[in-house]
Amino acid sequence: PTARAHTCCPCNPPGQTKKALKQRFLKLLPCCRPKSIPSLSESNVEDEFELSTVCHRPEGLEQLQEQTKFTRKELQVLYRGFKNECPSGIVNEENFKQIYSQFFPQGDSSTYATFLFNAFDTDHDGSVSFEDFVSGLSIILRGTIDDRLNWAFNLYDLNKDGCITKEEMLDIMKSIYDMMGKYTYPAMREEAPREHVENFFQKMDRNKDGVVTIEEFLESCQKDENIMRSMQLFDNVI
Amino acid sequence: MAAGVAAWLPFARAAAIGWMPVANCPMPLAPTEKNKRQDELIILNVSGRRFQTWRTTLERYPDTLLGSTEKEFFFNEDTKEYFFDRDPEVFRCILNFYRTGKLHYPRYECISAYDEELAFYGILPEIIGDCCYEEYKDRKRENAERLMDDNDSENNQEGSMPSLSFRQTMWRAFENPHTSTLALVFYYVTGFFIAVSVITNVVETVPCGTVPGNKELPCGERYAVAFFCLDTACVMIFTVEYLLRLFAAPSRYRFIRSVMSIIDVVAIMPYYIGLVMTNNEDVSGAFVTLRVFRVFRIFKFSRHSQGLRILGYTLKSCASELGFLLFSLTMAIIIFATVMFYAEKGSSASKFTSIPASFWYTIVTMTTLGYGDMVPKTIAGKIFGSICSLSGVLVIALPVPVIVSNFSRIYHQNQRADKRRAQKKARLARIRVAKTGSSNAYLHSKRNGLLNEALELTGSTEDEQHTTKGTSLIESQHHHLLHCLEKTTNHEFIDEQLFEQNCMESSMQNYPSSRSPSLSSHHGLTTSCCSRRHKKTTHLPNSSVPATRLRSMQELSTIHIQCSEQPSLTTSRSSLNMKSDDGLRPNCKAAQITTAIISIPTPPALTPEGESRPPPSSPGHSTNISTTTTSNIVKVSAL
Repeated sequence: PTARAHTCCPCNPPGQTKKALKQRFLKLLPCCRPKSIPSLSESNVEDEFELSTVCHRPEGLEQLQEQTKFTRKELQVLYRGFKNECPSGIVNEENFKQIYSQFFPQGDSSTYATFLFNAFDTDHDGSVSFEDFVSGLSIILRGTIDDRLNWAFNLYDLNKDGCITKEEMLDIMKSIYDMMGKYTYPAMREEAPREHVENFFQKMDRNKDGVVTIEEFLESCQKDENIMRSMQLFDNVI
Repeated sequence: MAAGVAAWLPFARAAAIGWMPVANCPMPLAPTEKNKRQDELIILNVSGRRFQTWRTTLERYPDTLLGSTEKEFFFNEDTKEYFFDRDPEVFRCILNFYRTGKLHYPRYECISAYDEELAFYGILPEIIGDCCYEEYKDRKRENAERLMDDNDSENNQEGSMPSLSFRQTMWRAFENPHTSTLALVFYYVTGFFIAVSVITNVVETVPCGTVPGNKELPCGERYAVAFFCLDTACVMIFTVEYLLRLFAAPSRYRFIRSVMSIIDVVAIMPYYIGLVMTNNEDVSGAFVTLRVFRVFRIFKFSRHSQGLRILGYTLKSCASELGFLLFSLTMAIIIFATVMFYAEKGSSASKFTSIPASFWYTIVTMTTLGYGDMVPKTIAGKIFGSICSLSGVLVIALPVPVIVSNFSRIYHQNQRADKRRAQKKARLARIRVAKTGSSNAYLHSKRNGLLNEALELTGSTEDEQHTTKGTSLIESQHHHLLHCLEKTTNHEFIDEQLFEQNCMESSMQNYPSSRSPSLSSHHGLTTSCCSRRHKKTTHLPNSSVPATRLRSMQELSTIHIQCSEQPSLTTSRSSLNMKSDDGLRPNCKAAQITTAIISIPTPPALTPEGESRPPPSSPGHSTNISTTTTSNIVKVSAL
């Protein structure tokens, strides 16, 4: 490249026209054509190198204590576990999916993991930092039942427009059923998620307008004692 | 599930919040931590070097020394630390295994020392991570081979050889001439006769002085009798040798097909054909050409020379490179021959009569032989001729060193690629086994858990020998998570084998349609069910033991939980180690539980996984199957 640069760039132009002619002539020679591709790959390599060394540090322990409802010790334990799997301090979607898939060896949990990732990544910057992680967990594990239901609604509402359509619910349902894998009893049928979605909408959609809004969701969940009881399961996860 | 992500289990459980609102059934109870201890640092003193770690880190693997109570034996009361009188270098790797879930093998470490340490700490070498596993296996194999060689040479020196049959000794003598003096003698004798035979073939054709009549005779015709005697002697020796080898070969069919035996046969056939054929004038011409095959006797030397064999093998393995060289040469020859033919077409009395005739010129010129029997006369011909000879130098000279270096490169590469391919299969198999292992652990614990509950409910006084031994809290939490998923989707995880079975049977049986989804009845929760039916059945048709365990049978456990509207009980065929139905009538308010295990008769050595309960009071009870008339129980029969 250095030789090429030396021949290609005119150092002291005697005249504009002469320089232009020379440049045009040199452009014709194949060896002198400015190659943009190698330099791009070089910068790509550098970019990749930069990304991998980006390190994110969370805010201080006290701030997190204020923002979330965890105790100091709990935050310590959570951070140690978080940092163990993600030494760089942030989780990107691939990493997230890979970690989550280790808990479900039989099925394919990548779609559900994507939905989870989008729900945790509240600022939508493509990565989940420890603050996002811990604030999400704080709502689920230490929030009130309404908080939890709100969070679940946020998870289901894929495009965050305030209501859950049947298609969104179907996507979520399919991703849950995907986690079961192939070897189930009874054998997984194609229509199982759809039927489940119909069931869900029958229960939740009060005014039968085809979408479930947050109020309908909260109302229906509060009336269902199964759901209420299962929400209490999260009280002593940590 | 790798221990490294054990720390993320709370997250995974929190993420289950997405399943709760869509689930139709209630979720199972979560396992509680029996004694919620504060996590504490423990000090491990290994030969003076102190390591510290959290107690929970070590408890991730409860079946190793450090994770179980076995380490209490090493607890030093005075210094309040655990003292191990072992190698601190290797301990570093072992402790890292607890921390990261991956066991690495350091290359500088001696393989036997490492194995000993692993055995001491109760860690199986199979857990070594993929990054270091091949290195470990290689070193282990080398070590084993070395040991085997040492043992062999020891045995040979002692002279205590197992008694081989006569045939086997003969084969060994043939293959390895150094085993006994007789074999050595045989080896040299055959070698000598091969040389003699080859030399006579050569000398036969030398002109040997004249005979009155001014005709030069080759020696073969002058001393025909002598040469015939020599030939006969050689062929007899070769025939005897071939027959002996045929007799001694362990697999005669394979021996006949081998290259060396074909060479043997080809070498001695012409003689016998010559004996059989009469001195017919027409046929003797063909017979003479047959004698050419006698030169193949020289290949018999390859049994005596290691180098020849290696050369033959490398040629075989580089056959594709040679073929390509030949192909490119052929292309160049055809091109130049065509060009020369058309260039020389004009000149008179040209030797380039056709393109095939020009082939000879092209070959001679390209290989720089230049005989001079065909020479171009036109100017165009001379120009192209010179181009041909110049390019010949390049085309021939360049690839040859490349091919030579290709020999060694490709040879080694092939070996490495095969090795990698062989290891890849093993590696993938290991990963698959680990995956099925973790899912099977869940199925297994499910079966154990429910059996235990059944036992508890029946008020059994038998001690629970198979309570979740060795399942840590993390395991039980993980299993609870999977159980919640099952509840959400109303499907259950089963084993692959059972899945195939069910698929086959679903085409044969038809299920009663009103089968309610599964429900496991905990102690008091018999009333609530998704659809609030009367009859509730729970099926656990799975929990077949994975193939990695010793047993190969499949177990089918069916727990029928019925609301007690029915007085009659369902009993099914009970195996010899299951209680009779009488003992199973519990006193629960609204439920009767019958537990039946339908099993194929197993070998007497049973693993303690639920079968080793002492036989009940009435072992010989084999009650008939009687289905309740109105139950919605589906019987899925075992094979």
